[in-house]
Amino acid sequence: MSGPDHDRLRAAIFEAITAIAPEIDSADIRSDQPLRQQIDLDSFDFLNVIIRLHEILGIDIPESDYGELLTLDRAVEYLARRCGSGDAGK
Amino acid sequence: MSEFRMPSLGADMDAGTLVEWHIQPGDTVKRGQVVAVVETQKGAIEVEIWEDGVIDRLVVQPGAKVPVGAVLAELRGAGEHAAPAGQTPLADVAVPASPVASAPSSGRQKISPSARRLAQELGVDPATVQAQATDGVISRADIERAAASNALPASALPDAGDWRLQMRKAIAAAMSRSKREIPHYYLATDIDVTAMLDWLAAENAKRSVAERLLPAVPLMKAVALALREVPELNGFWIDGEFRPSAAIHLGMAIAMRGGGLVAPAIHDADHKSCNELMAALRDLIARVRGGRLRSSEMADPTVTLTSLGDQGVAQVFGVIYPPQVAIIGLGRIDGRPWALAGTVGVRQVLTASLAADHRVSDGHRGALFLAALDRRLQNPAELDMTS
Repeated sequence: MSGPDHDRLRAAIFEAITAIAPEIDSADIRSDQPLRQQIDLDSFDFLNVIIRLHEILGIDIPESDYGELLTLDRAVEYLARRCGSGDAGK
Repeated sequence: MSEFRMPSLGADMDAGTLVEWHIQPGDTVKRGQVVAVVETQKGAIEVEIWEDGVIDRLVVQPGAKVPVGAVLAELRGAGEHAAPAGQTPLADVAVPASPVASAPSSGRQKISPSARRLAQELGVDPATVQAQATDGVISRADIERAAASNALPASALPDAGDWRLQMRKAIAAAMSRSKREIPHYYLATDIDVTAMLDWLAAENAKRSVAERLLPAVPLMKAVALALREVPELNGFWIDGEFRPSAAIHLGMAIAMRGGGLVAPAIHDADHKSCNELMAALRDLIARVRGGRLRSSEMADPTVTLTSLGDQGVAQVFGVIYPPQVAIIGLGRIDGRPWALAGTVGVRQVLTASLAADHRVSDGHRGALFLAALDRRLQNPAELDMTS
């Protein structure tokens, strides 16, 4: 998977998070640490992040895959797989 | 002729400051319409009117602080004539009521990271700053303007800067009164919610991402239905006696960004479907965090539900919000060893608690409530029905 694609996905995740929590500074996020430990997101906020990612990327993330979004790094890998597997846009 | 008065938005409120009118003399108003914004210790609240009519006169001007019960405006019924003789009765003019002002429901406040740092340096609370740019994002310039105006003498409008302090005081007053006056008793039980989560997962798998339900939704419904079975947990203690409520208005304890909390009501929670509850919860949280609450939501919860499971706590024992008589607490859901039919397996388990007013109910009745909650959660498909 190419670097630019990962950068695009990383930017999309930040866009989704800052839409919910605008006070977040992306430079403060450690990409290998659990996101919800670093950002005060409750389950309602988290659902809104998923909805926003769906709007930006067109990927409907099933509830059973929420565990894949634990850290920023893992979320980028997961979204890259989903984009590459041909079911993006649905 | 009738009068529109400053409402009481909680046991701890004795006065409020009128921030703005959404109406003018001559306007036709409908029952339930938001007509004014009032600043209280709980923040700015949209106030509804509970009568149809035509506004005759605005008695109180924006900026004025008046006690609960003070006349804010005078209105007349649709058939009545205006007070000044010779004037055309405005009620006859077929003008639709002015639309209910919609709250800005953008969720959290938008502010750039550098503006946020500047706000910290200058001691400006970003929550009090208005963005000038059309995109609504607060910039460094907005913060600088706010810092400059903070140096000016206080205006007639409430000093929004000490709003957090005011809210802290309001919580302190209500909770001190609760602990002083209400003889709480506390019960807790572990509930196997595997069936509920399985039902929810199957339900959500059928739904698009925007239509999914949170676990909070079937939990709210189960709480509301269980309250029907033990009515002495739902209502108010007023003037030395219990006044039960036929309606179940579930107060949802919602944390506010940067501290503080409010517990506005979801009305008639026991009659709502899961979709309706999810929509109501979504609307309420968006307005708690980004916009404004309405007076009816603040004034009339009949019982409170607090849920701290997202924060990882195992259980929460609430402090009753007077004059209510009970608060239900839900902890986190996690896999625990659980004995079932003679063997130990792993089940998804939640600890539910009840704090209730011993003047109104006894532990036995409280225990029946928790048992009813457990039973309701074992039949999750029934939770989605409306009745």
